[in-house]
Amino acid sequence: MSIDEKTVRKMARLARIALPEARVQPMVSELNGILAWIEQLNEVDIEGVEPMTSAVEGVTLPMREDKVTDGDAPERVLANAPKAEDGFFVVPKVVE
Amino acid sequence: MTDLTSLTLKDALEGMARKEFTALELTDAFLDAIDLANPHLNAFVVVTHDKARAMAKESDKRRAKGKAKPLDGAPLGIKDLFCTEGVRTTACSNILGEFTPTYESTVTANLWRDGAVMLGKLNMDEFAMGSSNETSRFGAVVNPWRRGNEDAKLTPGGSSGGSAAATAADLCLGATATDTGGSIRQPAAFTGTVGIKPTYGRCSRWGIVAFASSLDQAGPIAKTVEDAAILLQSMVSHDPKDSTSLPLKKKPDYAKACGRSIRGLTIGVPEEYRIPGMPAEIEALWAKGVEWAKEAGAKIKPISLKHTKYALPCYYIVAPAEASSNLARYDGMRYGARVEGQSLVDAYEKTRAAGFGAEVQRRILIGAFVLSAGYQEAYYLRAQKVRARIAEDFRAAFADVDAILTPATPSAAFALGEKSGDPVEMYLNDIFTVTANLAGLPALALPAALDQQGLPLGLQVIGKALDEETVFAVSSALEKAAGFRGKPAKWWS
Repeated sequence: MSIDEKTVRKMARLARIALPEARVQPMVSELNGILAWIEQLNEVDIEGVEPMTSAVEGVTLPMREDKVTDGDAPERVLANAPKAEDGFFVVPKVVE
Repeated sequence: MTDLTSLTLKDALEGMARKEFTALELTDAFLDAIDLANPHLNAFVVVTHDKARAMAKESDKRRAKGKAKPLDGAPLGIKDLFCTEGVRTTACSNILGEFTPTYESTVTANLWRDGAVMLGKLNMDEFAMGSSNETSRFGAVVNPWRRGNEDAKLTPGGSSGGSAAATAADLCLGATATDTGGSIRQPAAFTGTVGIKPTYGRCSRWGIVAFASSLDQAGPIAKTVEDAAILLQSMVSHDPKDSTSLPLKKKPDYAKACGRSIRGLTIGVPEEYRIPGMPAEIEALWAKGVEWAKEAGAKIKPISLKHTKYALPCYYIVAPAEASSNLARYDGMRYGARVEGQSLVDAYEKTRAAGFGAEVQRRILIGAFVLSAGYQEAYYLRAQKVRARIAEDFRAAFADVDAILTPATPSAAFALGEKSGDPVEMYLNDIFTVTANLAGLPALALPAALDQQGLPLGLQVIGKALDEETVFAVSSALEKAAGFRGKPAKWWS
């Protein structure tokens, strides 16, 4: 499996990263270099193997009570906003 | 008075307990050392002079009242991946701008609870993605070690390059670090320091900037095995804010485990780690490690971890996949640096293109690809199954052995710029360390010898899940046998 310019452009679009035209071809070869190396995983017999989901056996994810334990700190939430006004984040217009 | 900065953590804590010096004197000694060395080493990206001195004064007050805590007055460096309240935290990425957390990570909060003093934030590869500290927005860290009398700048390794360099150069008593594929152990090996990645789930990941959530784990870099044990003791905790942090009742005593005899233990030596092209010096050091373990009374058993060669390619699917998902949050809207655009999507794309460096962009795109419709099964799902195979190998091996001994890295520290051309060549640095991340196991790197060029080389001890104590016992026996006393010459002073 190797990827082409079209796929790289699509991935960049999905990942919301503007990729300048001059970077497309180099990215294609960099990614193909990595993918070619990853191909060796096809040699491994994975018949009947469950995908790994936990590093330590016998531990289940704990559940907590569905209760609000934190919050009510709008000024802390907004402290690092690039733009904020009247307790809100200011973002570019989304709906025309 | 001896140079306070050259003390181990243990000796410094004892010195303060005996009132030989104060936390403030110790802290000032480190701040002076940082101010002198940092223009040359670039290990710190923020130095918190005022905060450090204030914390040290509080520590001295506690001690005067007889209320000293386990780490009271110990000046530490904090990797820039840990959120620190009121102190800029950027994961050494441009995309976080001047982000200044309004909260504290659980691991650092545990250290402050135990009385430690924060000296500042340590340089690292951007988002912990790298093995040479060259992808940092603040530039590379320079390894305090040099080849003989050459002045070529060497890498301290990565991603915790700042943590390792600062500890090796006596700019802190020890440091926090994180390890996703080897980012604690490889820099420790490159700088003659000790680093341990505990079992996945020992340390809370809350407040640590996420890279690959199923692999990321915090741990210390320290000057000795016992110092690493003392630091880890304070760092671990069950934290309801991280659902993967383990709810363990038993509180281990890591420092005590350091003195424990290894007589009668069985140490596994995996044949598959004898990789083609491995330098003879690494091979010889490994053999020496086996001898040391035998002399300390351990039995040696050859073992097979037959999926070892697939660990790195497996990692380079799992880690980028998780990274592409974790890093989706950086959109320039709620925090960090924003680049304005003609539309919301345009702003996202420009922000992320400007904010992420080349290696991070590469990994996000690989991750997006292996998770994309039509490819997820062939790549991501297959990799998670290979990962299960790797974990099975370890489980089978640990039925017969108590710990596993391997080299820590396939080479000594290399020069800055030497390997930045080819991503895959750079990735191979983690060949011996990445398996422990995939299987979630504790693993420690300790310095064991100098190579012919005078650079440190390390050994790695891998333990069973949750058995850090045996890892510390074996490592401290090896440390004693190796008698490694190497220190870099302080060429910057």
